[in-house]
Amino acid sequence: MLKYLLSRLATFVPTFLGVCIVSFGFIRVLPGDPIIVMAGERGMTQERYEALSQQFGFDRPLPIQFWEYFTGVLQGDLGRSFVTNRPVWDEFFSLFPATLELSLCAIIFAIVLGLPAGIIAAVYRGKFFDRALMSTALVGYSMPIFWWALLLIIVFSGNLGWTPVSGRMGLMYFFDDVTGFMLIDSLLSGQSGAFKSAVQHLILPSIVLGTIPLAVIARQTRSAMLEVLSEDYIRTARAKGLSPGRVNGLHALRNAMIPVITVIGLSVGTLLAGAILTETIFSWPGIGKWMVDSIFRRDYPVVQGGLLMIAVIVMIVNLIVDVLYGLINPKIRKR
Amino acid sequence: MADASSQIASTVPTRRPGRLREFWTYFKENRGAVMGLYVFIAFVFVALFADLIAPYDPSTQFRSAILQPPVWQDGGTWGFPLGTDALGRDMLSRLIHGARFSFFVGIVVVVVAATGGIFLGLVAGFAPKWLDTLIMRLMDIVLAFPSLLLALVLVAVLGPSLLNAMIAIALVLQPHYVRLTRASVLNERTKDYVIASRVAGAGPLRQMFLTVLPNCLAPIIVQAALSFSTAILDAAALGFLGMGAQPPTPEWGTMLADAREFVLRAWWVVTFPGLAILVTVLAINLMGDGLRDALDPKLKRS
Repeated sequence: MLKYLLSRLATFVPTFLGVCIVSFGFIRVLPGDPIIVMAGERGMTQERYEALSQQFGFDRPLPIQFWEYFTGVLQGDLGRSFVTNRPVWDEFFSLFPATLELSLCAIIFAIVLGLPAGIIAAVYRGKFFDRALMSTALVGYSMPIFWWALLLIIVFSGNLGWTPVSGRMGLMYFFDDVTGFMLIDSLLSGQSGAFKSAVQHLILPSIVLGTIPLAVIARQTRSAMLEVLSEDYIRTARAKGLSPGRVNGLHALRNAMIPVITVIGLSVGTLLAGAILTETIFSWPGIGKWMVDSIFRRDYPVVQGGLLMIAVIVMIVNLIVDVLYGLINPKIRKR
Repeated sequence: MADASSQIASTVPTRRPGRLREFWTYFKENRGAVMGLYVFIAFVFVALFADLIAPYDPSTQFRSAILQPPVWQDGGTWGFPLGTDALGRDMLSRLIHGARFSFFVGIVVVVVAATGGIFLGLVAGFAPKWLDTLIMRLMDIVLAFPSLLLALVLVAVLGPSLLNAMIAIALVLQPHYVRLTRASVLNERTKDYVIASRVAGAGPLRQMFLTVLPNCLAPIIVQAALSFSTAILDAAALGFLGMGAQPPTPEWGTMLADAREFVLRAWWVVTFPGLAILVTVLAINLMGDGLRDALDPKLKRS
């Protein structure tokens, strides 16, 4: 197991280095001088230009610039935003809880609906129920989620007036950030109605963001269950006279869960990519919206730092999934 | 002698049905896939003959008919069956022309991503270990970024346009082809026929492209179908974020971005472009599922 862990870590390091190079490279190959962009329409004097160029280190050779960037990254220094002048690291972590809260709600929504749907479809293979569920899953899988979001807004916010269109919290509530999670903070604040408002703001974005993971989980659960259900030990369990509920629920589901858990772990990338669209549409103050806004503002340190942080998060989650997978399934370790 | 050979030639087709026919037999069992195929054919037809089918030019503005609802609603007319948008442009004509862009995006992205990916995958599969490792590490780096985010940043660097969006999407989809090709190359290389070809004196290029590649194509074809739909979705998402095709191009995602402010006033400007994306992507995914079932020898036996 240690050997597997080490070999997996050994691939992590060069990938991390590569991700740093890619995120570093973007700002340098950009057409247009970032400092001039920063000055905006006011322009700037030659001295100021040189002072800034020196401050950001653009006047030094590329390898040295990269070395300084890289050592900075290892110490948690991602530079400062051109627009707000706050450290990118701080901005990232002040916005990250919003994205995390949304992503967690989305994946919970996807698991709660996707798992039972996949199991039921597998147990009733080929029946009407199976076909209906799997057709729905394919529609969900093909869904342009930015359009799906607009449709839900039309129906639930526009026609029915049930949910707000944007943001995380109603304007009449105000309380301190404790955990960064609105659901928890609103409860801690003790204001009546604040929690309800947080839930109402979360529902539509969670459904939108959870739709594709939901479809993927349902499909994966079904196929994993079908595979397991044809195994000999399932036939044995049936032959022993165990009830179908016990065979399907206990014997089959446990073994079918392994690939499903992998899929759930690997959907982190999907969630973060989906968060870009979802957060932009619902004005959700998280990482995705922050990245899009920064791209439009040409706030390069933020784009660079955010890109790196998101990639590192995806890599760490993938690493954890791989290690867990190796822990559960010894066959993987041997490869 | 001539008689005998012609006899053999005439009996061959009856004994072993052609590959295409065999494929069709399996493919047509999947009703969803056949339906997807029909929709896809219709989509291609619309894309190719958009100029002839569309009732109006997609950028003509009818100032007297701004935000006119579709024909079945109060205030709708047959002049604009699906209504008009905020500038008085005919929705139907814009949707028909939009098919052209989506089709174009799909074709270009798949061709670019697949060509590059297959080539790199073949090289990785045949190359010495250091080169193989290098290529696969590079692909890992690309895969570490969520694809839409990487495409978004790439387009921001290159400048927002449909062409740059296609380049970016092709780049982020490429690693899937590399991995797929390499995996099946490694699998095929240990087989007897490949060893035999080497013994017979086939050079590495001949082995790569003529001996091994044709036997690796099945999963790649399936991947091509699936990335066609991913390409359409991602291009529309980039257009929606303002980083793809620029207005007034009637690209479906861009149309949705234009329509956002009318979400609560004019449902049709929002509904139809998205529906077009969904139906197209769904049809291609259905087709892809059918392709996989028909091409996967493991499933055939069961």
